[in-house]
Amino acid sequence: MLHIYCPHCDEYREEEEFRPKGEAHIARPADPENTSDEDWGNYLFFRKNPRGLHHEQWFHSAGCRKFFNVTRDTVSYEILETYKPGQQPTVTAESRQAQASAQASNQGAAK
Amino acid sequence: MQHYSGFGLLKHGLSHHENWQRMWRNPVPKAQYDVIIVGGGGHGLATAYYLAKVHGITNVAVVEKGWLGGGNTARNTTIVRSNYLWDEAAWLYEHAMKLWEGLSQDLNYNVMFSQRGVMNLGHTLQDMRDIHRRVNANRLNGIDGEVLDVKQIQEIVPHMDCSANRRYPVMGASWQPRAGVARHDAVAWGFARGADALGVDLLQQTEVTGFRISGGKVLGVETNRGFIGAKTVGCVAAGNSGVLAKMAGFKLPVESHPLQALVSEPMKPILDTVVMSNHVHGYVSQSDKGDLVIGAGIDGYNGYGQRGSYPTIEHTLQAIVELFPIFSRVRMNRQWGGIVDTTPDACPIISATPVGGLFFNCGWGTGGFKATPGSGHVFAATLAEGKAHPLAAPFTIDRFISGKLIDEHGAAGVAH
Repeated sequence: MLHIYCPHCDEYREEEEFRPKGEAHIARPADPENTSDEDWGNYLFFRKNPRGLHHEQWFHSAGCRKFFNVTRDTVSYEILETYKPGQQPTVTAESRQAQASAQASNQGAAK
Repeated sequence: MQHYSGFGLLKHGLSHHENWQRMWRNPVPKAQYDVIIVGGGGHGLATAYYLAKVHGITNVAVVEKGWLGGGNTARNTTIVRSNYLWDEAAWLYEHAMKLWEGLSQDLNYNVMFSQRGVMNLGHTLQDMRDIHRRVNANRLNGIDGEVLDVKQIQEIVPHMDCSANRRYPVMGASWQPRAGVARHDAVAWGFARGADALGVDLLQQTEVTGFRISGGKVLGVETNRGFIGAKTVGCVAAGNSGVLAKMAGFKLPVESHPLQALVSEPMKPILDTVVMSNHVHGYVSQSDKGDLVIGAGIDGYNGYGQRGSYPTIEHTLQAIVELFPIFSRVRMNRQWGGIVDTTPDACPIISATPVGGLFFNCGWGTGGFKATPGSGHVFAATLAEGKAHPLAAPFTIDRFISGKLIDEHGAAGVAH
């Protein structure tokens, strides 16, 4: 079971309190009326679905009922950080690659 | 290929079963093939088999990074049915069902297809309305289906708790008598043996690391055993389809999720059909060996790890115990996860791609096993002709742009 740090509650809670809500940082087209079918389809249905680091939304459904973001490895399922909506991740595929040689020092979720 | 028969079994018995022929060769990759199939699971092997058998294209390689049938083919709960709501989906799965019905004879390999019936339970008035609608739709499409009342259900499954004072009382069910289960490994092995006998090269432990693409057309695949050329490449890689698409430079509307299943210790026969419930969300059947085969929904998060989380297992077993209190003290033997590629409309993608000569057959999500022969059959036709088989035509990637989705999600009452 995952232990997830809710940045709103400032606490680790068990996975069952949360609901995963898919990829984060998806921008809704600013002008839907003038968006092409292709762009709209891409926005609605096409996801990155990476094998590796994934920035995703979680919902603290049985807690504060607020959304937040999680950076998680989709192979090991390790959570590398959690952060509030509107913030940007500090752990990314690029930053992790640079760090890879420096030893795996990512323990627990981030703050 | 050695023909399997009762007489052969007797004959080999006389020599202590030491002279059986290997089921397939382990060939060295050729430099060039007519068609390469990426992914040696049930769907990929079926595709290769029908390419060789129906279309006479035998210069084919199946490229598999692990061993044959070692992914979702080995991890599913073996249920076969075709009672889907929408025409396009119903036709595709019914096509598969018809192939299942003659598959053991066709392959000369016992896939242990057992038409023991599948029951989809309804627990609310809305469930029952949906069940009536789906059964009617099925019958209009020539697919067998009946609506059962509680008394009829009790006759078929006397051990299920159908009392009215349950929290989720069983109110009725849809029933497809022709549905059932098949032996999942045998399906992969049977197709592999058949394809190999027709000249298909099955290349195991050969991992695709990239595609060679020139002028928008595919020339072949880069692998850990070197470059293998082919003008037509079909990818049938389930949960890793998105990874392959990324190598080829485009995105797929699929997300990979863990789907778990578990089996109990073997027991004496108690359940001779398949019981599924979408509402309490679980499904159970009993294998020939006697163990209960149990499954439910996906883990909600994206994952490639071939395992899921414990809360999902707990919810699954809660559903089973809700239906069968008699199973509450059965011990579970094994639990595992596979990676399924889910699409937004819960229907597969059998499609050309932005890269010429490169085709994908993916997005089967949680319910691909039942379609194995049908999927291989229509995808083989698609690869052979270079354009979609009529049954596969509605399942293009483009539907996610045009909006012509085939919304089986929930509508079919599918707990896969």
